[in-house]
Amino acid sequence: MAIEVRDVNKNFGKTPVLKDITVDVPSGSLTALLGPSGGGKSTLLRVIAGLENPDTGTVVISGVDATRLSPQRRNVGFVFQHYAAFKHLSVFRNVAFGLEVRKQPKDKIRARVMELLELVHLQDFAERYPGQLSGGQRQRMALARALAVEPQVLLLDEPFGALDAQVRKELRSWLRRLHDEVHVTTVFVTHDQEEAIEVADRIVLLADGKVVQTGSPHEIYDHPANEFVMSFLGPVTRIDGHLVRPHDIEVSLDPSPGATEAIVSRVVRLGFEVRVELTIGEQEAFAQLTRAHADQLGLAPGTAVHVRPAAGAKALPVPA
Amino acid sequence: MAKYALRAVALGYLMFLLVIPTGLIFWKTFSAGIGPFFEALTSPSALHAFQVTLIVAVWAVVLNTIFGVGTALLLVRRQFPGKRVLNLLVDLPVAVSPVVVGLALILVYGAFSPAGAALAKVGIQIIFSLPGMVLATVFVSLPLVVRAIAPVLEELGTDQEQAALTLGANPIQTFVRITLPGIRWALGYGIVLCLARSLGEYGAVAVVSGRIVDQTQTLTLFVEERFTNFEEGQAYAASVALALIAVVSLLLTKLLRPKEDR
Repeated sequence: MAIEVRDVNKNFGKTPVLKDITVDVPSGSLTALLGPSGGGKSTLLRVIAGLENPDTGTVVISGVDATRLSPQRRNVGFVFQHYAAFKHLSVFRNVAFGLEVRKQPKDKIRARVMELLELVHLQDFAERYPGQLSGGQRQRMALARALAVEPQVLLLDEPFGALDAQVRKELRSWLRRLHDEVHVTTVFVTHDQEEAIEVADRIVLLADGKVVQTGSPHEIYDHPANEFVMSFLGPVTRIDGHLVRPHDIEVSLDPSPGATEAIVSRVVRLGFEVRVELTIGEQEAFAQLTRAHADQLGLAPGTAVHVRPAAGAKALPVPA
Repeated sequence: MAKYALRAVALGYLMFLLVIPTGLIFWKTFSAGIGPFFEALTSPSALHAFQVTLIVAVWAVVLNTIFGVGTALLLVRRQFPGKRVLNLLVDLPVAVSPVVVGLALILVYGAFSPAGAALAKVGIQIIFSLPGMVLATVFVSLPLVVRAIAPVLEELGTDQEQAALTLGANPIQTFVRITLPGIRWALGYGIVLCLARSLGEYGAVAVVSGRIVDQTQTLTLFVEERFTNFEEGQAYAASVALALIAVVSLLLTKLLRPKEDR
């Protein structure tokens, strides 16, 4: 294991932020700490980096108990949401910082920094200052800076949170490719379930200061531990006392075994898919259909239909 | 019309308050040419006063810079009991009259106080000598550096410092390489302000120094002493020197101020 967190508790004043957190991060993995805002995921990351001290519990990094080590001696790379670029230093000097404080020889620093700038596609920007870079470029610089000291683990705190949607998508897949190239154990914090599923190979779901579920994106998506996990990872709707993904709902005009009767209240076309809003008795629900399927059924407000969860779909029973 | 009236009032106000008095001093000083001006400033007493002023001001600036950076870091970066009290105390010198400061220092360090007597025994004289004058000057210019850099430290945040720590920098390296460059303009501004205040200080220094000519006489004390002894030429010349120093520091602060947001 690259990181072993054991029974960590942390309070801010009287507010508990982390409650008995135990997490293992396997070497070489790309792990997402996923959860709603205020769930404690950033605090957990900062505890691993040594930027916060846990009240109780231990943090072991690469087999060494790091609980009482200062951040400077943990050899972790940390990337901040708002880049934390050294504004008075050029891109080159930013990336070189960790090597300079380690008193490495100049020519060695130069070679390493240029190699990293190439890795993050900033080789032409070495002499610029952070103020002259876009948000995405600054974050890539911050990543190169963190990687320069060859950290045992790389920690990213909402790394794409401050970027606009387009850049965020680009950087996501770029981070995935980078990890496949560099293989450093990486943990990143996100509140975006899509980001976690797309980028990570393991997800630790945190809510309210506790670990709710751990597993691969597939496991968590297909076998959510509870109602909360299921609704956090994607859209859900209720039919027949069950929580179901709206794309797992079969809609037909004829009655079929196990199906419930429903009335179409609205049909919303969202590009290639169609969202069909339904009224089942007193309750509201909705289903996602392909456009072709919806056209074929000829759905319109007022149409009476029969709905049921598709065979093999995940359906969590919920109290009414 | 109202616009012009307002301008006239403002200009007239500044004229009578600032421009005419300062102008008159310059005029009086240079009415006999530049020769007497230099002569007045290069007299032994004047040179000595310059020297004393400089020594006191440099000490005050050095002490206030170290103390100011430390206090600002403490006030902005740390939480501790008594923080609000410290915050208030820092501003106290602005509110207290310099004369009171001088008297207070005499009460603590004067020959008739226990502390003063004890120090005198080991041969250290605070009052009526340079240490007391440095203390008085430090006191009156104490808030300037703190108040110049505290807001900039606040705005700078801790992200860059934390990033430096995770990259393996120790706290001293972090301070020198990251924090200090981040506040350098504000610090420069604070230092210039502190220097200007220290050079121009009169009240507290007047009380503490004992005004001994050629010993504890600063430039401001020199001006006052020459003026009351009807040696107006020398008084005006020294005033002009002080005014010029003030103008230079003002220009320096103007140069330092706008770059702060970078």
